[in-house]
Parts: sequence; C-alpha cells; structure tokens
Amino acid sequence: MSLLRLENVSAGYGAVEVLSDVTIDVAPGEVVTIVGANGAGKTTILRTIAGLVRPRSGRKLIDGRDVSALKPPAIVDLGITLVPEGRQLFPFMSVRENLMLGAYKPAARAAIPERMEEVLALFPRVRERLDQYAGSLSGGEQQMVAIARGMMANPRLLMFDEPSLGLAPMIVKQVFEIVDRVVAAGTTVLIVEQNIYHTLSIATRGYVLENGRIVMQDTGPALLRDPHVRRAYLGV
Amino acid sequence: MEVLPQLIVNGLLLGGAFALISIGLTLVFGIVRVVNFAHGELFMAGLFGAWLLSSKVGLTPYLAAVPLVVILFAAGAAMQRFIIQPLMDADPHIQIFATVGVGTALINLALILFGADIRTSELPWAREPVRFAGLSVARGFLVAFAVSMVATAALVLFLKRTHLGRAIRAVAQNRNAAPLMGIDVPRIYIITFGIGSACVGLAAAVLSPLFPAFPTVGTYFALTAFVIVVLGGMGSLEGAVAGALIIGLVDSLAGYYVAPDLKEVVYFLIFLLILVLKPAGLFGVRGSE
Ligand SMILES: Nc1ncnc2c1ncn2[C@@H]1O[C@H](COP(=O)(O)OP(=O)(O)O)[C@@H](O)[C@H]1O
Ligand SMILES: [Mg+2]
Repeated sequence: MSLLRLENVSAGYGAVEVLSDVTIDVAPGEVVTIVGANGAGKTTILRTIAGLVRPRSGRKLIDGRDVSALKPPAIVDLGITLVPEGRQLFPFMSVRENLMLGAYKPAARAAIPERMEEVLALFPRVRERLDQYAGSLSGGEQQMVAIARGMMANPRLLMFDEPSLGLAPMIVKQVFEIVDRVVAAGTTVLIVEQNIYHTLSIATRGYVLENGRIVMQDTGPALLRDPHVRRAYLGV
Repeated sequence: MEVLPQLIVNGLLLGGAFALISIGLTLVFGIVRVVNFAHGELFMAGLFGAWLLSSKVGLTPYLAAVPLVVILFAAGAAMQRFIIQPLMDADPHIQIFATVGVGTALINLALILFGADIRTSELPWAREPVRFAGLSVARGFLVAFAVSMVATAALVLFLKRTHLGRAIRAVAQNRNAAPLMGIDVPRIYIITFGIGSACVGLAAAVLSPLFPAFPTVGTYFALTAFVIVVLGGMGSLEGAVAGALIIGLVDSLAGYYVAPDLKEVVYFLIFLLILVLKPAGLFGVRGSE
C-alpha cells in the first residue's frame, strides 16, 4: 500500500486552479521526485500534501486512509513533514530552539535530546551553530538547519521543496550529500528540485508536471534518458 | 520630604502597575497581529469583577485575582475564537471595528448593570503608607508593582522555556512555517488572546484597591497602554516594561512640574515624537518577540 497517494487531485488558490487531476503515489522506502518548470505547481503539490492547501476534488490518502480534510498539524502527526521552499526558519530563535520546534508534536517531544544527537551527527556544521540566532546564519547553513529541523520529528516521509535554491554550487553539493544521507538512513523522500540531474539519478520514480498536470512518470534513470525531459529540463 | 526622589518612586511604581496591562496588549499585537481596542474595557470589567467579588462575595481584592485571571482568560479566548477568528482573513480594519465594538458593548453593559457611579473595592490597608528613607508610598502600589514584575518575569520564562511558549514565539516569527512544525496556529491565537486578557484581570485585581471602577475607566488605562506599547515597540515585552516605567515617570514628573491637567499632553507629545523619530519603538525589532 502507498504511504501517500494523491488521487485525481485538483487544487488552487482563490479562483485559480493550479493542479488538475494529479495522481501521485509514494511507497515506503521510495525516493520520488517531481520535475517541472517554474510555476508548474510543484510547490502546490507539496503544500496540498502538507495540508496547507485543501484539495477541491479528488482524495489524499495516507496509509490508505482519506485525510483530505486534515489540517497541517494532523498531517505532521501522521509522520509527514515538509522542508519548505526558502528555508522558513524562526529567525530570532537559536538554532537549538528551531530544532526543538521541529519535534513539537507530542509524540516527538519526549525524545528531543536523543533525536537531536542523532540528527546533529549528520550535521556537524549545525552543531557548531546551536546557540546562534537562526537568522544570522549563511544561506547554506540555514538550509542545513531547515533539513535538520524537518528530521527532528522523525518523519516517515520527508518532503523537500527546492533545497538547493539560491545556494552556491559548493553548498549545493553539500545539500545533496545530506539528502543522500537522509535516503540512506531509510527515510522515504519526496523531493522537488530545479537541479533535476542529481535528484533523477537518485530517484526510484519521478513524475513530470506541466501546467498542473502529470504528463509522464517513470523511474528516475529512465526519465533522465528521456529525450523530452532532456530537452525541456536539461537543455540538451 | 525630598520632592524629586518621591516623584521618581511614585512614577516607577505607577509605571510598574501599568506594565502588566501593556504587556497584555503588546502580546496580543505581537502574536495575533490584532490591535485590541477592547483591552481597556476588559480591564474595566476586571475592576468591576474585583468590586463585585469583594463587596458581594467578601473576597479581598487580592484574592479576587484568582477567579479574575481565570474568567478574563476565558473571555479573551472566547473573543478571539468567536469574534476575531472568523474575521482573520478579512481586512484589518474590520478586526479593529470588531474590537471597538466589543469595547463599546462592554461599556454599555456596565452602564446598564452598574450605572455611571464609581465603585470602590474597599481595602484600607492598601492605601496606608509605608515609609522608608524619607519616602512614603501606599502599600497597594508596592503590591501592584511587585505582582506586575513577578507576573512579567513568569510570562517571559513561560515563553522562553516551555514547548507552548516556544510555539507562541514561533507563530510570531514565522506564521507560515509554524503549522509545518505541527503547531495549531488558530489555537495559539486563542491561548495568546486569553493570556493577554488574563494579564489585565490580574492587573485589575491588584489595582482595584487604588482605582475605583466606573464604565469608562478603561479608556484612560488603554490610552496609556497604547502609548507605552508604541514607545517600547509593538510586540516587545521588554519594551512594554521599559515603556511603562518611562511613562510612569513622565506621569509623575509632568504632573508636578508641568501641571496635572497637562500630563496627558506630555504623553502624547512623546507618543508623536516616537512615531516620527523611531517608529519601531525603543525595543522594536519586527518579529523579534
Ligand atoms: N499563494 C498563492 N496565491 C495565488 N497563486 C499562487 C499562490 N502560490 C502559487 N500560485 C500560483 O500557482 C502556480 C503554481 O505555483 P507553484 O506551485 O509555486 O509552482 P512551482 O513550485 O512549480 O514553481 C503559479 O502560477 C503561481 O503563480
Ligand atoms: Mg516551487
């Protein structure tokens, strides 16, 4: 059974429909990616899964249960966490407090010290910055904190929205190393990334989204070889 | 008796008493981003509550703090849940009208229930002076100052050290990210509004032996609290305490050296100067609360 399934979902903002009839499955252990141009609706898909946007039609299922109407905190409780586009840290709180907020859900609170040790083992740079204001860190460090904060809830499914956006190439490489480590640790991942070469090469499956519709799906490596994908998204 | 030291002590004590009212206002503004124009009327309701509890039930005004904190928490939470929250996505003007409406309704309710007379919570002990180092202050002011400072410190500790307090600050700093942490933002608004009103309930109880209740008493306190909150930086707790102490001093010194009738003019000059020179207030960093 899918851990997560969007079934014929349409969604949007106000009068604007952004997603039309989107069906997506994520099975436990998978690394799934969504490829699409700017404005295609990738962020809207992740926001719909997180409960920030309500599906207008279609269903959202977690472990086969219809959760279309649940609000974001309930989705977090079910083990699905979004590392949002643009990091979205709490700027005037220390990095430590940001991480603690990542484990705000009652089920995660009791284990904060142990979980923080586990997560910090992956992020030595974050450990050095624990007592600084999150807002005072560099962009790359902030992205690391955003990912570490997402992991604090010990999610079953971790969603990344453009984790490399706006970062220097050196830092982008580090961010991808972290994503690889999250995957290696056995967390199921759904990732949206402009920089599709890396994500498609690690993805078990990928979807191609154009103007709010899924137009293609295949394994990551197969999409990477696909002439349409190469032309449209890799410029080759 | 030396005049200046006495005026300074009077001013600081008055300011300390005002701090609690101002903190309630700044907290609600900082977190819920609503300017509560019914804040003074909630204080007025608290003063009447203290008077009812002391004159009809026989509770001393200080003990009335316990039920008043609970009742005002509930009233503030209900106001957010049933009046502000349904308007949360509406234009901010509409929310202002709504809080003004609640305030006006409370004044009229008080007029119907109690008439326009003043009602004093009797506690002669509070008006007796304590003398030290050539100074003399009413015991009630010392109590109000101490309670206000202790309550402020407790509130700051709560915000800094507890999961719920951290969640409240998280909502103020990034309300888009907070729900992704599993924080129920509407619930945080309700709790924060409740805490802001509870501050006023506590302030009303400790100030009730010193200030009589009448239906429009809230206006004076609310105006002063607004000046304090703007002076300290809207949303800043430290700013509210500092602003309250400064305004207390101004009140005391201007009342003596300028003229009692003109002290409000002095407040508003300060208010305008701050708006012109440092609009964020003395401690204002947007979102830093
Ligand atoms: N909050 C919003 N209100 C209205 N329209 C929005 C909002 N967010 C995104 N959109 C629109 O929805 C479309 C898809 O946006 P988005 O999901 O962010 O795309 P992507 O992440 O693929 O770049 C865009 O046309 C964008 O302008
Ligand atoms: Mg996007």
